[in-house]
Amino acid sequence: MTTTLSPSPNETGARTSRPPAPHRLFCSRCQLTFDAAPQALCSTCLGPVQPVYEHDVLPTREELQRRPRTLWRYAEWLPFAERPVVAEHVGFTPLVEAPRLAQALGVARVWIKNDSVSHPSLSFKDRVVATALNAAHAFGLTTVGCASTGNLANAVAAAAAAAGLPAWIFVPADLEPAKIVGTTVYGPRLVRVRGTYDDVNRLCSQLADRFEWGIVNVNLRAYYGEGSKTVGFEIVDQLGWRFPSAVIAPMAGGSLVTKLHKAFAEFARAGLADGEQPRIYGAQANGCAPIVRFIQSNARVLTPERPHTIARSLAIGNPADALTARAAIQTSGGWAHAVTDDELVLGIRQLAETSGVFTETAGGVTVAAAYALAQQGRLRPSDEVVLCITGNGLKTPDAVASVLQDAPEIAPRLSAVEALVAAAA
Amino acid sequence: MAVSIYLPAILAPLADGARVVDLEGPTVGAAVQALTQRYPGLTPRLVDERGEQYPFIAIYLNDDDIRLVGGFDATVQDGDELSIVPAVAGG
Repeated sequence: MTTTLSPSPNETGARTSRPPAPHRLFCSRCQLTFDAAPQALCSTCLGPVQPVYEHDVLPTREELQRRPRTLWRYAEWLPFAERPVVAEHVGFTPLVEAPRLAQALGVARVWIKNDSVSHPSLSFKDRVVATALNAAHAFGLTTVGCASTGNLANAVAAAAAAAGLPAWIFVPADLEPAKIVGTTVYGPRLVRVRGTYDDVNRLCSQLADRFEWGIVNVNLRAYYGEGSKTVGFEIVDQLGWRFPSAVIAPMAGGSLVTKLHKAFAEFARAGLADGEQPRIYGAQANGCAPIVRFIQSNARVLTPERPHTIARSLAIGNPADALTARAAIQTSGGWAHAVTDDELVLGIRQLAETSGVFTETAGGVTVAAAYALAQQGRLRPSDEVVLCITGNGLKTPDAVASVLQDAPEIAPRLSAVEALVAAAA
Repeated sequence: MAVSIYLPAILAPLADGARVVDLEGPTVGAAVQALTQRYPGLTPRLVDERGEQYPFIAIYLNDDDIRLVGGFDATVQDGDELSIVPAVAGG
């Protein structure tokens, strides 16, 4: 199937490959503004910068619904004045109702926001790469890269291959094999760094100073992060322009919960969503839960951690967005919870067995946290809950392989199956 | 103890353009203090009003985030490297 982005309300005519004019940037701490640039930090206070949005007219629900089903249908809330020229077919993953999971959790309704089937690389990171690569294109950066726990590596490699851009991708040396294969198949330069993700991230910060590369989650981070908002926009759109009462999402660096909160606030301001903005709950694995502990302890500063968990895609011990993640969760009336590795493995199975969705370890963390939050009474019987399932189970099959039932091997005889059926009765 | 302190490009203008500064200090805190004495403009970007590490930077003693090895009290050895890196990155 081929889709194309329809012209935004102010555009007509043929598709052009003109670079997509990124928005200017501003620092929310010191209110300084900056010209559009591959710059993630305020040059004065070193705080994060974010795009400036200056709209005269915003689209209506009806206008939005007439646009193609990609994340670019929300163009007015994405940081470009022109249409995208790369990664055009990303987003609009299924929002799947899961009544059996709702029953198990004891809440009114549950939906899975299923980014485990995201195009092209089967995780929500396709969204942030879509905005980052358009920024790279606009800034004339002809090589891209990232520091990654795996999913971002897959997403950058795939999108860079489609765009014809060389990519330098840095990951922890002991990353899961499926995520290595799911990167190298696209032909980037993949570099395995001895150390944790935080070591990789530090290296990439230094590389951004050394090379004129578009490192998507370092110097392009202001544009990259805006892609995460589309998860929130799609949830509202797919629910029929209303908010759920609660959203549960995994936390690694803390960006997703931050941007979910921003997305819900933007759609509320635009009058596009009915109801109250949802409570946002963040989930981490006990073996790397610096944001959960930051929230639960209400500490003044975050204490970094050395990760020890099988949830490798969440194993960021020094999360960049901890402050904003905490603010988003607390402002929304939500909470944060950490689960054990055994619980997350059970969470993967519970999601698969109740909803037919196979998620990776991060999704298991989200599901296990949902069970815990329900048990604590933080999720209420009247709640309508969306679980953000951010990655595909085929990326981390070893996490569950050892706890699943072995399949019996039989001779091709009717009697052998009759014996199995009798034993299963 | 002689240590080399590596600065990110965004802080170099506050250190007369220097990207590497060699200093003495028995602890990380002493080395950082020596750095800010030489380049006072760096002070508010390295140390907050409580005298603690400024929240938008990370400081590494060789490969370790100093917050995991004693913070400003961590001792340094001859030839150690301190890397100052903006904190808002990754994820």
